[in-house]
Amino acid sequence: MTVTAITPDYVKHIEIRDIQQNFHGNILVYVHWEEHLSFCSAIAFPLPPAMPFGALVSDVIAPHYAAHPDAAKVDWAAVNWMIDGEKATPDFGKSLAENGMHHKSLVRFWTPGLTGRAAS
Amino acid sequence: MTVKKLGLRQRYEHMTRGLDWETTYQKMDDVFPYDSFEGIKIKDWSAWEDPFRLTMDTYWKFQAEKERKLYAVLDAFAQNNGQTNLSDGRYVNVVKLFLTGISPEEYQAHRGFAFTGRHLRGAGARVAAQMQSLDELRHLQTQVHTISHYNKFFDGIGEFPHMHDRVWYLSVPKSFFDDARSAGPFEFMIAIGFAFEYLLTNLLFVPFMSGAAYNGDMSTVTFGFSAQSDESRHMTLGIEVIKFLLEQHPDNLPIVQKWVDKWFWRGHRLLGLVAMMMDYMLPKKVMSWKEAWDIYFVEAGGSLFQDLERYGLKMPKYADIATEEAEHISHQNWAVFYQYTHAAAFHTWMPDKEHLDWLSAKYPNTFDKYYRPRWELWAEMEKEGKRFYNMALPQLCQTCQIPMAYTEPGDPATICFRATQFQGETYHFCSDGCKDIFDGEPEKYVQAWMPVQQIFQGNCGGPTVLDVLAWYNLNAGADNMDYTGSPDEKIWKEWHPDADAARKAV
Repeated sequence: MTVTAITPDYVKHIEIRDIQQNFHGNILVYVHWEEHLSFCSAIAFPLPPAMPFGALVSDVIAPHYAAHPDAAKVDWAAVNWMIDGEKATPDFGKSLAENGMHHKSLVRFWTPGLTGRAAS
Repeated sequence: MTVKKLGLRQRYEHMTRGLDWETTYQKMDDVFPYDSFEGIKIKDWSAWEDPFRLTMDTYWKFQAEKERKLYAVLDAFAQNNGQTNLSDGRYVNVVKLFLTGISPEEYQAHRGFAFTGRHLRGAGARVAAQMQSLDELRHLQTQVHTISHYNKFFDGIGEFPHMHDRVWYLSVPKSFFDDARSAGPFEFMIAIGFAFEYLLTNLLFVPFMSGAAYNGDMSTVTFGFSAQSDESRHMTLGIEVIKFLLEQHPDNLPIVQKWVDKWFWRGHRLLGLVAMMMDYMLPKKVMSWKEAWDIYFVEAGGSLFQDLERYGLKMPKYADIATEEAEHISHQNWAVFYQYTHAAAFHTWMPDKEHLDWLSAKYPNTFDKYYRPRWELWAEMEKEGKRFYNMALPQLCQTCQIPMAYTEPGDPATICFRATQFQGETYHFCSDGCKDIFDGEPEKYVQAWMPVQQIFQGNCGGPTVLDVLAWYNLNAGADNMDYTGSPDEKIWKEWHPDADAARKAV
């Protein structure tokens, strides 16, 4: 499908606003802690693709979820990961890019035994 | 000799159609370049039944009379310090949401109808659209005048046009109207004239106007009365448009159906803000969002689509999903604003026990199971001095631009994630409805100005929350954060030293 437009060359005039080049060397990464809907949606970060996955966990994910009472109890080694819809076993020592992540990747994770209060 | 007078209908025809002509110096297609590219086929514009046979002179007289009454009430309200007679200081946040999120869209509607009022080939349709264009401009003006009185006492009001263009959640209504206005004139008429002003209008105006009446906001109620006759004219135009298009040519049906599907879903998403207002922001409740949805969409909308069935038009796609969501969206949206209260231009709060019990009663299937525990957890955290904030920016839906806070159909404990690839780039959506809209015209929505992405790209004043709030002209510490402890609460308590005691006693 395409846009119903009065100008036949519509596509020549468009500006795709969120291409990776606009993020100053970063990629946009989305993260979501499942069964903890206190966090209303996935959260977004512009991150260097060379960042190790372990640093994503320790420097980005952990501090941003720290406000939740469950946060201190998370065993990061036991977490179940899903990257862009596929179950994943990310290598913490390797970069986001090496773990298959790209611009606007979505990382969902489950923390076994921790399901918030009624999934909140 | 008696002077022959024209009948109303003849007079109307002379004043409208009679002034129209077939151009000869220029081709009609050059004069009306916008009314064919959408694929809509009109065989006979003269078959257009004008919904309201109103000439311009009658229109001015009628509107002027309403204005006189409205401004008389506004003066009385101001002189009597009507703002002190509200149900509670919290109510003013409803007015703020209305002024920042709805009033600027009246202006967008004015612009859109001015466009269709120029570019539709049929004179009857043009005149109707021009009058609606003037109505919408008048609505903006009267709303601004009505609400300006509150600006003397409360925060978060004075910068509404600037905020509308910049604040993250106001991109939701803004992009809705940008989408409609950047479409062709027929899609605009279905989007705003039919879907918004006919199908969903009661879900917008009844909650705000009844909410105002229940909560002592007599100025907004009076504005509502002043707009009411306009709104009924707009509804009649909306229904006439859809019937006219469907009667003109069978090829119009699939195009119109696609627009109805799209604008129903976009409207449903936008109205989530109204849902939140009804269930959480009105100190004295009118009815729950779920009840309003059942009356105005399930029943009234259902019989409308039964009526339209004879043209082959079906219920909007995902209407069943929207009805299921009526159990959830108000809670899910309030959760968004509660945790992002630092970036909102109105105040938030956790419901007190009486309010929680009302929600439990109104939402017996869902509230106690999914939402009450969340509110109780946050209330406990607040008590412990650990008020819950989300200090990261949310993932937004590429179509509706709302944080992706909505849950899977049938599974209210899991966020609904949808994604699509277009030209090697990933796009995320909150629902199948929003994904379908993107997939229908991807080149349009890849251009979306997504507030979160814009902040990260460095286009919104700077990297910190305070930088961005300054760029929004949002007065941090006054406009944002919880109602408790706000300057709004302070002034309210000065007027009502016993307010808290009275509120608890009710």
